[in-house]
This record gives sequence, C-alpha cells and structure tokens, in this order.
Amino acid sequence: MMEAMFIYLATVCVVCAVLTVTLRQPVYNVLSLLTLFFHVAGLYVLLNAEFLAVVQIIVYAGAILVLYLFVLMLLNVRTQSRHLHRQWPFAVLILGAVGAMLVGALHSGVWGSASGESTAAAIHEIGDTQAIGLRLYTDYLLPFEVASLVLLVAMIGAIVLTKKSLIDDHIDQIKE
Amino acid sequence: MVSREGVFVTTEFVPTDYLPVLIFFLIAGAFGGVTFLLGPLVRPHAPYREKLLPYECGAPPISDARQPFPMRYYIIAMLFVLFDIEAVFMYPWAVVFNQIGLYGLVEMILFIAVLVVGYVYAWGKGALEWD
Repeated sequence: MMEAMFIYLATVCVVCAVLTVTLRQPVYNVLSLLTLFFHVAGLYVLLNAEFLAVVQIIVYAGAILVLYLFVLMLLNVRTQSRHLHRQWPFAVLILGAVGAMLVGALHSGVWGSASGESTAAAIHEIGDTQAIGLRLYTDYLLPFEVASLVLLVAMIGAIVLTKKSLIDDHIDQIKE
Repeated sequence: MVSREGVFVTTEFVPTDYLPVLIFFLIAGAFGGVTFLLGPLVRPHAPYREKLLPYECGAPPISDARQPFPMRYYIIAMLFVLFDIEAVFMYPWAVVFNQIGLYGLVEMILFIAVLVVGYVYAWGKGALEWD
C-alpha cells in the first residue's frame, strides 16, 4: 500500500515537473506546478511529516502559486513558439549527472538510516511539529532569526521594485 | 528495490490516520470522473453557434482575456507570501511554547519586531492601499 502510494505520487511528481517546463501555455505550466505541489505534500504525509505537508499546501500551493499567476498576468506572457531555452541540453546534462549521483548515494546506503537524536522513532514519539519546534527554537535559533531578516529584505525589495509603478498608477488615477 | 530497505518509504510508521483522507480523495475523483464520462451519454446535444461561444454573465466577450494586470496585484501577493511564512513559523513555536518558555517568547518577539519594520515600511509607502 505504502509502496503503491509512493510510486503513484513520485510518478505524478516527475510527470508534472517535466510538464511544468515543457508546456507551451504559461498558465498550464503553473497549473501543472500546482499538481506537483499537492503530490509533494502527499509524499510528506507518507514520510509522517504532516506539518511539512500542510505548510507545503498553504505556502506553496496557496501563496507562491498565486504569486506566479500574478506575475504571469502582470507580464502578459503569451503562448511561446520557442518554449525550450537554448541551453536546455546543458541543463539536462547537469541535472542528469546530479540525479545519477543522488540515486547512487541512495543505493550505496550512505543516507540509509537516520542517526543522532532525531530518529524516525523519536520524532514519532513526540510528534513532528513538536520535533521541528524544539529543534528550530533552541538549536537553530540563529537561522530562524536570519529568516526574519531575509523576509524583511524580500518585503522591502518588492516594494522598492514596484514603488515607481505604484506612483505611476497613482498619478494616472489623479489625471483621470 | 530500494524502497524495501526503507530509504524512500518507511514501513515502520504507516500514516494510517490518513486513510480516510485517501478514501475521500478517491470518492471525490471518482465522482468527478463518472460525472464527466456519464454526462455526454444522457444529456441532449443540440449546439449552435451562439451556444458554443465562450460567455461571461451572458455578455458576449469583446476582447482577449490576457490583459496585463496592475502592479498592485503583485505587491499584494508578495506581501501575502511573506506574512504567510511568518505565520507558518509561529505555529511550531506555539506548539512547543510551554517547553521553551521565556527564551522562546523573547526570540519570537525579536522575529516579529524585525518583520514589523517591514510592515511599517510597507504601510508608510502605501503598498497596502488599493486606491
């Protein structure tokens, strides 16, 4: 049952990921990305990472995808006749090499079993959200606080980049 | 098969709580599929030109649907993503709050203080105003 679910989810993930970069209609790309996000959430559920699964749906499928759609509507991207970037053979080569390395590492059993305190059994005992919380807010405090700075930079950057356009919109409205 | 060694799938802790969710998805998918396939068999089929036009509230479409949208949508979506992530960080913090205590409270206040700077900036620049 678990293996059947994994094979289904992983297959749909790969198919949707390929469709995301190869379909010609930009909106279809975004929608296949949405399917990909939902199936990745399913993979997280299989791994007993329920918190990550919910965050995957709320943040990626809920917020980031909307951002992509708005960017599409903003840029007014039309159907492209030439939809593959000319560097795609390089991309396939490099990603193929990285993929082969990953498969090789998984087969060799380097990452076969978790070690240290946060084993699957320990996380199952206290709950995955609690495990994330306890680690993040004690051992990984600095990355957490740095994350707030990254969010701040993203916020200010977005406003600075669009500020001119916002002012232009405002001037247009006053003229009308 | 790699998955038998527990690399991709752990057979140790099966998320059985999610079986109802799976059944729900199967029923929802089956309902959609059956309706979609059964519909053409039972419904009358008498198309004419006007009926096949794309419509929106009864008015005939007059221009291309792909129009550039104002920049405001982008900034609102971007701010939504950022505050969404902030709220996501608060959830595991709230779950373990009774175990990390005052230390946790101070670090979360620091986290929010940094983001309040961005919030005040966004508000001051008028990015939250629609008109």
